[in-house]
Amino acid sequence: MRDVSIIGIGQTKVGEHWHRSLRDLAVDAISAALKDAKVERVGALYVGNMLSGELTAQEHLGALLADWAGLGSIEAVKVEAACASGAAAVRLGYIGVASGIQDFVLVCGVEKMTDADAETTTAAWSAAVDADYEASHGPSFAAINALLMRRYMYEFGVQRQDFAPFAVNAHQNGVNNPCAMFRSPISAEAFEKARMIADPISLLDAAPICDGAAAVVLCPSDRAREFVGKPVRIRGSAMATDRLALHSRSDPLCLHAAHVSAQKAYQQAGVGPHDINALELHDAFTVMAALSLEACGFAERGKGVRLAQEGEITLQGRIPISTMGGLKARGHPVGATGVYQIVELVEQLRGEAGANQIDCRLGMAQSIGGSGATAITHILEAQEER
Amino acid sequence: MNLPRYWRTEKARYALVGEICRTCGKPIFPPRDVCPHCAQTWQEPHAFSGKGRVYSYSTVYEAPAGYTEYRPYTVALVKLDEGPLVTAQVTDVDNQDVRIGMPVEMVTRKIKEEGENGLIVYGYKFRPVLEDVKR
Repeated sequence: MRDVSIIGIGQTKVGEHWHRSLRDLAVDAISAALKDAKVERVGALYVGNMLSGELTAQEHLGALLADWAGLGSIEAVKVEAACASGAAAVRLGYIGVASGIQDFVLVCGVEKMTDADAETTTAAWSAAVDADYEASHGPSFAAINALLMRRYMYEFGVQRQDFAPFAVNAHQNGVNNPCAMFRSPISAEAFEKARMIADPISLLDAAPICDGAAAVVLCPSDRAREFVGKPVRIRGSAMATDRLALHSRSDPLCLHAAHVSAQKAYQQAGVGPHDINALELHDAFTVMAALSLEACGFAERGKGVRLAQEGEITLQGRIPISTMGGLKARGHPVGATGVYQIVELVEQLRGEAGANQIDCRLGMAQSIGGSGATAITHILEAQEER
Repeated sequence: MNLPRYWRTEKARYALVGEICRTCGKPIFPPRDVCPHCAQTWQEPHAFSGKGRVYSYSTVYEAPAGYTEYRPYTVALVKLDEGPLVTAQVTDVDNQDVRIGMPVEMVTRKIKEEGENGLIVYGYKFRPVLEDVKR
């Protein structure tokens, strides 16, 4: 198996792009990534996307984007794993290059959510959970996560406002990210007073509905320096699954897939949680940030919220999370999110994160699909000089 | 959605019929062809008692398409006395009175109407156990 490096990144600003279509956004990100990598041709394109069929009546994104991005008759296919679709596409690209089947691979995550009304988008997002036995009883996707948050509060004796540091940190970090949807800070008071969408989840617990696309170019590590001065090596890549429905899990507050995928990635990289300098986690809802920290070994069970309250998740803390705004403030264009996480870690590892730059040698990204049924973890490292 | 999609799950939705695995003996809801506990395929149908307790709950204010006219409504995870968790709405109680640990029982209710000429979908919901309300 070959080592794989990231030699190019591209991203659009996340937001409500009324004047840009799904294909426009994707082509913007792909073109930027190819330009960054100084590569003109790739052997394959893997597209991470969840909702294009439901919200824009467009499937077959592999062929569509290879066509519109001018990539020629290459292998191209869409990958779907709910909210983890983008990370799943990265994983597929990694497998392609590591196996030796592909040399240069483009991975693009894209989601266009604002072409449908809010209720339709909310219903479509619920397709991430069990359609027959969960969504058919009317919970929004936020409500499924709210079931986790309420139980977390009950079992571990925390209050709703104790989750505020996750949202406050994300918004603070979004301020300095030119591609973030929200670039203004929020206060803990604003969090406390925010409007409920699925009690106890409020508007300020939840990532926004938005559009965006991000892309990366992968190649074998031993060729990376031909193209870029600061390549980033993928040290660990792992995917795991859990029971799809929350009600089918013996302990819903343990994100088993997140735990397994993190352990596999640590093992492959030969590192542990104490070696990680930055963590891009799946803060689609504040409770998911807490559960991810616990599943990945950064906090004990029931202590993820306390880690945030102690300030350890900020840029100056022990384990900075959501360093460019996370899903909450950068935004969560669902199928694109997993690729945005990788792009942002590459910025940190290259030393290109601007005002949010931290001292970062090893970064980790974890993307979660549904209420935890898919989890994909990547560990990235700045490639040392040879 | 088309009618057969609802018909297929009729017994589970109207009467909380799940399964007992004949290999490992564990109760299964909703029913499935491969046991989630031992991966064997030898189950017998089993009607659950419908009694349980609220494990967690959320009141939905921003609802998905098809449910907006019913909001706010409360969705819960109910832990059945036999063991499995079930996702369902809570009914016959004010949203603000639902609590974790509250004893509930299954009732068959209207879940939603799919427009003027569409289907009226029925299924299980859970209400507070009546004796407990009287006390």
